[in-house]
Amino acid sequence: MSRFKKKGGKELSAINTASLPDIVFMLLFFFMVTTVMKEVDLKVNIRLPEATEAKKLEKKSLVSFIYIGKPGERFQKLFGTEPRIQLNDQLMQVKDVEDFIAQERDAMNESDQSKMSVSLKVDENTKMGVVTDVKQALRRASALKINYSSLKVDKLK
Amino acid sequence: MAKRGLQQINAGSMADIAFLLLIFFLVTTTMDVDTGLMRRLPPIPDKDQKQNDDKIKQRNVFVVLINKNNDLLVENEVMDIHDLREKAKEFIANPEDKPDLPEKDYKEIPFFGRVYVPKNPIISLQNDRGTSYGTYLMVQNELLAAKNELRDEISTQKFNLKYEDLDEDQQAAVKQYYTAVLSEAEPKNIGGNK
Repeated sequence: MSRFKKKGGKELSAINTASLPDIVFMLLFFFMVTTVMKEVDLKVNIRLPEATEAKKLEKKSLVSFIYIGKPGERFQKLFGTEPRIQLNDQLMQVKDVEDFIAQERDAMNESDQSKMSVSLKVDENTKMGVVTDVKQALRRASALKINYSSLKVDKLK
Repeated sequence: MAKRGLQQINAGSMADIAFLLLIFFLVTTTMDVDTGLMRRLPPIPDKDQKQNDDKIKQRNVFVVLINKNNDLLVENEVMDIHDLREKAKEFIANPEDKPDLPEKDYKEIPFFGRVYVPKNPIISLQNDRGTSYGTYLMVQNELLAAKNELRDEISTQKFNLKYEDLDEDQQAAVKQYYTAVLSEAEPKNIGGNK
């Protein structure tokens, strides 16, 4: 009972905030280390398909990304609504894929070049025609390790 | 001024600065992990390399066709995508040794010894240019799932572990137990549709 009687007896002392900067710095370092800046600005709209067997993509530095989908609303006046291919920051054509792969490969260490893989981020409503063209271009550029980007789910709808 | 001793730096605003940085990184950080289906494309065949697909027997090939309306034709039967996994599993394993499913043969595999397994079943996938990517990926996923499920089954039976948790040698053995090559047909432009 005496526990409750103490209430109001003493004035509430202010919480010591001296260690607050330390805590904040700790959090800050955590986020600084884990952060990955978004390197590309997507110009196409992509809704990834779902898959149950999707695996985590390892070693991001060895992966190049190819985005395929309808141009975003801002770009539809310029590029129309047909699915387009985005390489780095620009909307490109199928014939540019080979050059892009060669470029990406040159930017890598020589020892890593054989481990290079390409991740295709394709909107689920895209027709296979353009995807097949890109796949053929990748084969010609001998970038054979590919990854169909998809969201991992436990069960398909 | 100089006479006064070295003053302590006022660290009161340190917390504010740190907070500011913290909020910046909180906003810019992206925690998403990329996931996807890993596949290998076949290299471009040499021009003078002979075509030898006619040697493969019909019973060893599991043909999956997808048309532009996203309908499936599996082994000459129209099929719902939800039945594909079971059908593919039956094809890869051929548990009842049916004459229209892949040929089986005795094979020496480490850990398992001499087993009676299908020799080399091939899954052939062909799609139209008008097929939607979502359906295509779903089919890929189902076929991959069929293989993975069979491997999981056999490794749970043998080692009481999932396929993923096995060590390298064991995984290689299980891989030999159920082999199924997924081959995609060279794109053809039938009917000239876009």
